[in-house]
Amino acid sequence: MILAVSLTPGEGEGAPLKLDEPLSFWAGLDPATGLVIDRWHAQAGASVAGRVLLMPGGRGSSSGSAALAEAIRLGNGPAAILLTRRDPIVIVGALVAAELYGAACPVALVEDFEALAGASRLRVRAEAGRAEVWVMG
Amino acid sequence: MPLRLSGFDNSLLAGARGEGAAFAMRLIVRFAEAVGAEELLDIEAAHVDGCLYLGRASLDFVERLVALGARVVVPTTLNVGSVDLTNPASFRGDAETARAAERLMRAHIELGAEPTFTCAPYQTRFRPRFGAQIAWGESNAIIFANSVLGARTERYGDFIDLCCAIAGRAPAFGLHLSVNRRAHALVEIASTPPGWRAREIAVAVGHIVGRLGLPLPAIQGLPGATREDDLKALGAAAASSGALAMFHAIGLTPEAATQEAAFQGHASERIVRLDADALAEAAASLSTVAEGAPLAAVSLGTPHFSVAEFGELMPQLDGEPFRVGIWINTHRAVIAELEARGWRARLETAGVRLIVDACAYATRILPFDAGVLMTNSGKCAYYAPSNLRLGVAYGSLEACLASARVGQVVRP
Repeated sequence: MILAVSLTPGEGEGAPLKLDEPLSFWAGLDPATGLVIDRWHAQAGASVAGRVLLMPGGRGSSSGSAALAEAIRLGNGPAAILLTRRDPIVIVGALVAAELYGAACPVALVEDFEALAGASRLRVRAEAGRAEVWVMG
Repeated sequence: MPLRLSGFDNSLLAGARGEGAAFAMRLIVRFAEAVGAEELLDIEAAHVDGCLYLGRASLDFVERLVALGARVVVPTTLNVGSVDLTNPASFRGDAETARAAERLMRAHIELGAEPTFTCAPYQTRFRPRFGAQIAWGESNAIIFANSVLGARTERYGDFIDLCCAIAGRAPAFGLHLSVNRRAHALVEIASTPPGWRAREIAVAVGHIVGRLGLPLPAIQGLPGATREDDLKALGAAAASSGALAMFHAIGLTPEAATQEAAFQGHASERIVRLDADALAEAAASLSTVAEGAPLAAVSLGTPHFSVAEFGELMPQLDGEPFRVGIWINTHRAVIAELEARGWRARLETAGVRLIVDACAYATRILPFDAGVLMTNSGKCAYYAPSNLRLGVAYGSLEACLASARVGQVVRP
């Protein structure tokens, strides 16, 4: 188990999807499908739905929060998000989805993805102040 | 250091100004904790980027605030919407989406925001003063406010920008604080491709500094002829290809009179030299189609075309007629000025279509679903392929107009 900093509370579990560079959810994520649609992005075409997203931070547009909240509302959002840099746009999107729909997509801050990216499954449990990341196999 | 709230902040949380303000403040507090802010500060303006209809979540959020009786407490401008409220019939989509998108825009007005519907609020009467603490959304507006105006904002995404407008408060972190506004990387423009003008240089440099992910670059060597609209294009390109929220242009922007001022007396941690080849390569990478590709339309005004940009365009309307439509995104205050100058009729006679309150690359207004769009905007070139699923050709304004005249991509 790895201790992390909790940014948005909740619990989620899924296979990790590591983004090799930051992603703007706005125009980069299609909420209706959960697919990465930014043609410039290294993970273009991948689905974030149900995955534990390992991302360095957001990128570009300041309007990513609504796209993330909408993806979560439609059940196409990530199961959890792990960041190496506090990204306010990601945090707000997850917070609003929790406030409006009670749908939890925990967000937590980790040092790096070294021990996590190769796992077949991750579980993230974030509470006020502290988060735990469990490697499930 | 944990977040310290003022007596005012706590009174908002306790509902002293209603449930809507309390809801907004709850989100601000969790956001502020997440970004490690130690306190909140007063803002004097907000720019809200919540009017693009991206699905039910954006409308549900604003309707919740309306239902709770929330009101903005500082002058609040609105970013583009999905519908041109001055011409709603131009929206291409099902009636239900159109209704929801229109409702989203009107709900923001009910909260007390100004119906500016522009991504260039800095070119309206709400332009912030130097040093103003503001909470702005929309990446190109954020980078312009910080870099070109010397106003102070962080990157406020949708939802939180509106919360700040309702509370009149924002977290004191990042670019709100002087210490975080110094340059860290020096970008030197060593040479530029022959014949390039200030705008093309600005777009290519912006695209590169964004892609490189440079933390707060200071750019040295932009041409002396670089104007406000060129810096606007640079910022828009950089904020699209990267998460950049501020740059300095040495000798041009207000916190960078000298290199020393830009770096606040520190040394540069990284130096990047850009030559003509690098700039030409960056410009070329913004096109998905080759020279000679048939053109569906030209799109200008990402960010919204200013009066000065129309002024540059007007004399170029004379000559051979355009074979494809020229669509220009702009805002209501510019339209009023175009009408006062008698330019609107001339533009429309020449085949120019004006898009108001919205933006061609962010919503479905262009009357075709395939083909190639040509633009002089790095931001439009960056987003059009994924947003509109169109091919894109990037080129100077002159190249765009020449291409429109022959109906295919040419770069004379």
